[in-house]
Amino acid sequence: MVERYVMSIDQGTMSTRCILFDHQGRLVSVGQREHEQYFARPGWAEHDPTEIWSHLRRVVVPRALEGAGIRPEQIAAIGIANQRETTVVWDRRTGVPVGHAITWQDTRTSGYVEELRRTTGDDFFLERCGLSPTTYFSAPRLRWLFDHVDGLRERAGRGEVLFGTMESWLIWNLTGGPDGGLHLTDATNASRTMLMNIRSLTWDDELLAYFDVPRAMLPEIRSSAERYGTARALLPDVPICAALGDQQAALFGQTCFAPGEAKCTYGTGSFLLVNTGTELVRSRHGLLTTVGYKVGGEPTVYALEGPIAVTGSLVQWFRDRLGLIHSAPEIETLARGVEDNGGCYIVPAFSGLFAPHWRSDARGVIVGLTSYITKGHLARAVLEATGWQTREVVDAVNADSPRPLRQLKVDGGMTSNNLLMQFLADVLDMPVVRPMVSETVSLGAAYAAGLASGYWPDLEGLRRNWHRAAQWMPTMDPARREAEYESWRRAVERSLGWAGP
Amino acid sequence: MAGPVQSIERAAAILRLLAQGSGRLSLGEVAASLGLAKGTAHGILRTLQSVDFVEQDKATGKYQLGAALLHLGTSYLDINELRSRSINWTDALAARSGEAVRLGVPLEGKVLIVHHVFRPDDTFQTLDVGSLLPLHASALGKILLAYGTTPLEPLMESALENYTRYTLDSPQQLSRALAEIRDTGWAFSAQEMMMGEAGVAAPIRGQGGLVVGAVGISGAMDRLCDTKGRPLGSLVGLTRDAARAISRDLGAARW
Repeated sequence: MVERYVMSIDQGTMSTRCILFDHQGRLVSVGQREHEQYFARPGWAEHDPTEIWSHLRRVVVPRALEGAGIRPEQIAAIGIANQRETTVVWDRRTGVPVGHAITWQDTRTSGYVEELRRTTGDDFFLERCGLSPTTYFSAPRLRWLFDHVDGLRERAGRGEVLFGTMESWLIWNLTGGPDGGLHLTDATNASRTMLMNIRSLTWDDELLAYFDVPRAMLPEIRSSAERYGTARALLPDVPICAALGDQQAALFGQTCFAPGEAKCTYGTGSFLLVNTGTELVRSRHGLLTTVGYKVGGEPTVYALEGPIAVTGSLVQWFRDRLGLIHSAPEIETLARGVEDNGGCYIVPAFSGLFAPHWRSDARGVIVGLTSYITKGHLARAVLEATGWQTREVVDAVNADSPRPLRQLKVDGGMTSNNLLMQFLADVLDMPVVRPMVSETVSLGAAYAAGLASGYWPDLEGLRRNWHRAAQWMPTMDPARREAEYESWRRAVERSLGWAGP
Repeated sequence: MAGPVQSIERAAAILRLLAQGSGRLSLGEVAASLGLAKGTAHGILRTLQSVDFVEQDKATGKYQLGAALLHLGTSYLDINELRSRSINWTDALAARSGEAVRLGVPLEGKVLIVHHVFRPDDTFQTLDVGSLLPLHASALGKILLAYGTTPLEPLMESALENYTRYTLDSPQQLSRALAEIRDTGWAFSAQEMMMGEAGVAAPIRGQGGLVVGAVGISGAMDRLCDTKGRPLGSLVGLTRDAARAISRDLGAARW
């Protein structure tokens, strides 16, 4: 019998990747391509959706197929994971995007967001979509586009242009584009728009009215795992069976299926999600309430999320802007050259602080500089910033949730950094565990697709595929941990308010 | 016998030129100094740049000697970078083989473990990263010796430490074993450091084919070997596949 595989497409912030997995959930081959980052003005961050689709079609998928030496017929299902909240609007007839995609990192809507928090208040939004307004979510961006692109609102009202996050854009193109392409999204992605009702998982009339978003331009909201249709372009007749926001995909890939199970993905930013089961928990400590996943017709599983804006991107900044290292992993080599941080702390509030602070007026600070500080100490402080920011989110989770975290499952590129992982275990005072497949975003999308297509039978089967690849145990002296945490908190204090309200 | 390779002669001339005087020259200056067509000089400079022997200043576009030339004798690949590039393939090797995976580079006459993936049975295991293994009594170490990643002579001059009755403790035995490794492309150790334990390893190659490290699986003799004490062919195949995948990632063309 010919071996079959599940294909996962991860449309991320930096690159688009395609990974093939076998029946044991093992990685078989990878195709990857980075795309251009557009920073036209301070605070703006855009992608070219046409470039991303073209990379997927011409490079990313062909490379993965080639790497595994297989034909499209051998793919049982496709699952898609994607950078969330990134907003694409395109012409239904031509398939041409209206300008670039405005990404989740873009803060151009900060003035507008401040205004609606002041005039309308958070509660109106929290009750409906589970989110308080930030520049992070899609609806304010859509509003910005209507206000700045001539005639766009009218065209949207007539259904001439379509809105979607990245998975909608790719699925529409994969299933035919202008020629009958399917316009849909899943509940996890829709839960990040500020337009979906978090309980009913349908577009919320009051929110649509508030942002003046016409229903005609919105994709249909579907489950995260169900058969949506088959691809026409690129992978003819292969069923597309899953779509999840990347962080929810990682939660699924880490098999955090039980309430209280949590994972943190360390990429450009970092995202800690904890499964809260079918219960919708409203955070009092700066976390977001979000859809964890929804499998077919089963009840919705919710999650609490703590997004951290800058973690891996601080290392990139250290590499590209300061030029102190040549490659990201070298930061560990540099940091190991010294015993400790030398009293130096870096709070990377490059565009404010996300969870649990949510302060857009914060800006980055380096404190504790003395003539003693070397680049090695700075490298330590860079890595420790990721550890302490995680600690703040874990404290918020433990304050909000009836089930305190006992261990943290980690994934993402930074988990290859042993110094950071040990530091994380030390400051959290709990075991930190890396699974055998660190590509959990891709794996989660594959799992969901494989589940919907019958490639894998059930969640328990998926759980059996999860294996521990590495584990770090806390070894830090408790007194030292407390003293260091106190210093970190004082450093954070100093970052607040720098940019003015 | 083939004559001298022209492009290598020209590359050497370019390096000598950059080593003289101010050491910062534009493409035009390099081409004119050596009487080369600009296109030819550019091709060579770009190749030298890709192996870090030459650097180009971003602002002025001028070329100068690269940092890698100063460190020719030391390892040019950062160990944390090596781990980061290997992690997907070592995870896959552990998942497929069912055994623990380790990645080793030479350090002061030993094998330094720079990456470790647990055996995927979810039993309690602790990370070995940072620990040292003997070169002559481990599959990883024998790879590093066989391919010249670490010098053999210091080891041959002193007495080879004996761990078990299977340890290769004479220079002749070790030389024979290393020659066989170069023939087959993989290494095996059976109870040479600890009774009941075996290992299989293969070379990780960087740019140009230079061996920069070794990757291998290790575990109980009775799982890794057949009844004759030879390693299972499937495990050898998986280990070599992983080594080749990492090598490709590091820019080794043909492996």
